[in-house]
Amino acid sequence: MTNYLKQNNKLAYMTICSFLLILISVYMILIYAPQEIIMGDVQRIFYYHVASGWIGALAFFITLIASVLFLITKHEKYDLVAMSSAEIGVVFISMNIISGSIWARPVWNTWWTWDPRLTTATIMWLLYIAYLFLHTGLENHHRRAHITSVYGIVAFVSVPLTFAAIRIWRTIHPVVIGSSDPNAEGQFDMTPEMTTTLLFTVATFTVLYCTLIWHRIRIQQMQISLSKIYSHEIGN
Amino acid sequence: MMKSPQDNTTTKFWQSSLAIIWKDWKIELRKKSLLSSMLIFSLMIVLIFTFALDLDKSARENVAIGILWVTFVFAATLGLNQTIALENENSTLDGILLSPIDQTSILVGKFISTFIFVTIIEAFVMPIYYILFEIPLFSPKLIVVILLGTFGYTLVGTLLATIAMRTQYREIILPILLFPVATPIIISAVQCSNKILSGASWNQMSGPFNLLIVYDIIFVGIAIMTFDHLIKE
Repeated sequence: MTNYLKQNNKLAYMTICSFLLILISVYMILIYAPQEIIMGDVQRIFYYHVASGWIGALAFFITLIASVLFLITKHEKYDLVAMSSAEIGVVFISMNIISGSIWARPVWNTWWTWDPRLTTATIMWLLYIAYLFLHTGLENHHRRAHITSVYGIVAFVSVPLTFAAIRIWRTIHPVVIGSSDPNAEGQFDMTPEMTTTLLFTVATFTVLYCTLIWHRIRIQQMQISLSKIYSHEIGN
Repeated sequence: MMKSPQDNTTTKFWQSSLAIIWKDWKIELRKKSLLSSMLIFSLMIVLIFTFALDLDKSARENVAIGILWVTFVFAATLGLNQTIALENENSTLDGILLSPIDQTSILVGKFISTFIFVTIIEAFVMPIYYILFEIPLFSPKLIVVILLGTFGYTLVGTLLATIAMRTQYREIILPILLFPVATPIIISAVQCSNKILSGASWNQMSGPFNLLIVYDIIFVGIAIMTFDHLIKE
């Protein structure tokens, strides 16, 4: 019991910590980072856009690793990690797509275009929604863990393609980090302040991801122990 | 000459795969339901597209390859659902699992029989398509691309159909699981086919062609590595 409380304490600190970090990142994005000359203030979306995209990719990568580890070791905890991480990844990729769309309206003059990057990101998003859907379609715990792990591995195949899409196909999506296609619309060079802000936001989101996944795993563990208590009572 | 044990297991593996292919064929030859329904379904799709897009001569050239691939993909999905559902009907999959064979040979057998079914349908649809749309489909390059695309699609489809059958949603969930996973293959196959039709040189189409091969190889790897875990549960 005390162990449980201690874990709770740590988690509470971490939640507060990520809240404060987000406040600082909002300050940095809105005030510390300079205004971009051509695009103006709308460029500030970029920081959360990149950070949430990064968390999406990271979350799906963790799902992949946890799925592989589950199939090797058959430990139930890896299944919990895989599932929680995919859920968080879907949320962040949604944020990534929505923020990109808001940015694209003034810069590309359209909410949406069937550009390779946008298309592959949407496919990735659909894949992990399918993953969550698959999760609901399996009632047996043990079987669910095995089957979703296999799908978690298959689904990850799309993630590197999304990352590579702006680099291998001709696209209008800018590549700020690394070289870009001359066709890209909304390209800009980062000043040192912008780089600092971006790195800080990415770090903040990573902390936020860790907090969220911890919460999610804890809730799942509680659900499992609760269902054990129930089945025990019915058994008696 | 003595056979090494390695040789023996390989022969056994292929024998059991062949047995599964032969069994699926025998059922199909007696029922004749799968191939005929796939064929009629493909023709329907071609017709619906013709009406829906109001295809005149100029519009046809731009979208023809896309429609061809959509037809293949839908027909293959129908076939995938059927070949796996076949094993669910009387729980015959349990029977196959009880037999002392390498479990990956079940995947290989199921995959090859689906692949053959889909290829037969494609062989029927392509001449009809040629007659309807007057598009030069019979170049060796294009056939290679179609075979490679079908290979990857049916392989990952067999794997995911096995997953779908083990959920409570059954057939409904297969397209949801399969379409996003197979998109890289479809995208590269369509790009390749378009380039072939527009008479591009080998160099110009090497990008999507390589992507197609890479994804085929990735799916072979993933399927072999994960199928055991899937079927045991």
